[in-house]
Amino acid sequence: MAKLSVSHLLGIKHLNLEDINLIFNTADHFKEVINRPIKKVPSLRDITIANLFFENSTRTKLSFELAEKRLSADIINFSAAQSSVKKGESLIDTANNILSMKVDIIVMRHPNEGAGDFLAKHIDAKIVNAGDGAHEHPTQALLDSFSIREKLGDVKGKKVVIVGDIKHSRVALSNIYALKLQGAEVKLCGPTTLIPKFITSLGVSYEKDLRKALEWCDVANVLRVQHERMDVKYFPSIREYTQLFGINKELLDSIDKDIVIMHPGPINRGVELTSDVADSKQSIILNQVENGVAIRMAVIYLLAQQIKRD
Amino acid sequence: MAKKTLLNEKEIYIILNRLACQLIENHQDFSNTILIGIQPRGVYLADRLVQVLTEEYQVKDIKLGKLDITFYRDDFRRREDPLSASSTDINFIVDNKNVVFIDDVLFSGRSIRAALTAIQAFGRPKNIELLVLIDRRFSRHLPIQPDYKGRQVDVIKDEQVKVEWKENEPRDKVCIVSPDV
Repeated sequence: MAKLSVSHLLGIKHLNLEDINLIFNTADHFKEVINRPIKKVPSLRDITIANLFFENSTRTKLSFELAEKRLSADIINFSAAQSSVKKGESLIDTANNILSMKVDIIVMRHPNEGAGDFLAKHIDAKIVNAGDGAHEHPTQALLDSFSIREKLGDVKGKKVVIVGDIKHSRVALSNIYALKLQGAEVKLCGPTTLIPKFITSLGVSYEKDLRKALEWCDVANVLRVQHERMDVKYFPSIREYTQLFGINKELLDSIDKDIVIMHPGPINRGVELTSDVADSKQSIILNQVENGVAIRMAVIYLLAQQIKRD
Repeated sequence: MAKKTLLNEKEIYIILNRLACQLIENHQDFSNTILIGIQPRGVYLADRLVQVLTEEYQVKDIKLGKLDITFYRDDFRRREDPLSASSTDINFIVDNKNVVFIDDVLFSGRSIRAALTAIQAFGRPKNIELLVLIDRRFSRHLPIQPDYKGRQVDVIKDEQVKVEWKENEPRDKVCIVSPDV
């Protein structure tokens, strides 16, 4: 059956393995579509999608927008910076106002954890979570796994280390759920101050030595240090962070295998990754971006399928 | 469920040869022609026709593609059980080429309508023809007719025409399946 078990994409936590496989198989077809001379299909001609971004985003917003356009949906964009939110309007009021313009799907990024779940309970539209606080970022985790599958054939049995700021990262949590569900082994690596206290209860291990972690893994997913979310100092200096947890060519070459390097972007070049690593053959960072469009097309297509036409 | 054989293995063999000859008559050496099997079931017929053309009539270098129409269907969001997509495999531009769509059964004509839209993503063909193994008469929803047909049949709406290929069934066969009364 080609149906998702969920009616919104709020987080990877709510998905099962069949859902992930269905999304990946659909994304395979969309990846072929976006490499055609005419990169568009008419499936969602009568669907309207609102992109509500209550937090800054370049890549995710563009990727969603492009995915929606490739499916021929009508779209409206909304950024908190230029909106009535600044005038004190509540989230439900904002969403309801947009819904009365007959919107079928809402793609939302919000600084507060659980904003998507809250909206799904109160509003009659499909919700796609494009990142809620430090909680989940499901489409990013899906495209990360999809890229691993594309590069290494399968996610099952692969060893993935997530390096960096786990505490403030929604990408990390969604990735842990997605990778565990598909049978990969996950290790975390980063300053102890940026590793949440009970994170190992999710079935992942922790390694504080970057070299050991890299020697163990097949894939290193390197996260950005999120200075904007840090209200206090979590490590003494950027220089020290780079020395202990930054990946450079020298370190990579001294390891006896070809590790796949991933990064959800935007990269702080010279902090978590040096430029020669980010641009190396081992890096699949730009493939991740291309796959992002195909994955988001698949997610939106499969959710739109559930909206019945009278 | 009652099952009645419409065409047996030998009849299908004869029809495939006739269709191959008709294609040669109109397309000669196929240098400017592209055959497109419509996913999922038209692909078997397309493969078989190419096999007949190459082995029995020594036609060389036939360009064959597969086209999936799932994302172009007009019943998206109207079906109870959504269809899964199949792969599309067209590694050439169809600009100014003679395209022949190949499908097993022509019923409402809606799949072909979707295929006509889908093929535009690969260029502007010079012309498009349609080849089907079975043409169900009096069942069309759209003004679409085949240029080459294996057999024309009249069956009532509740009956289903099923084409079986020896690739995944015991032998080649076309049958009419009617529901129990």
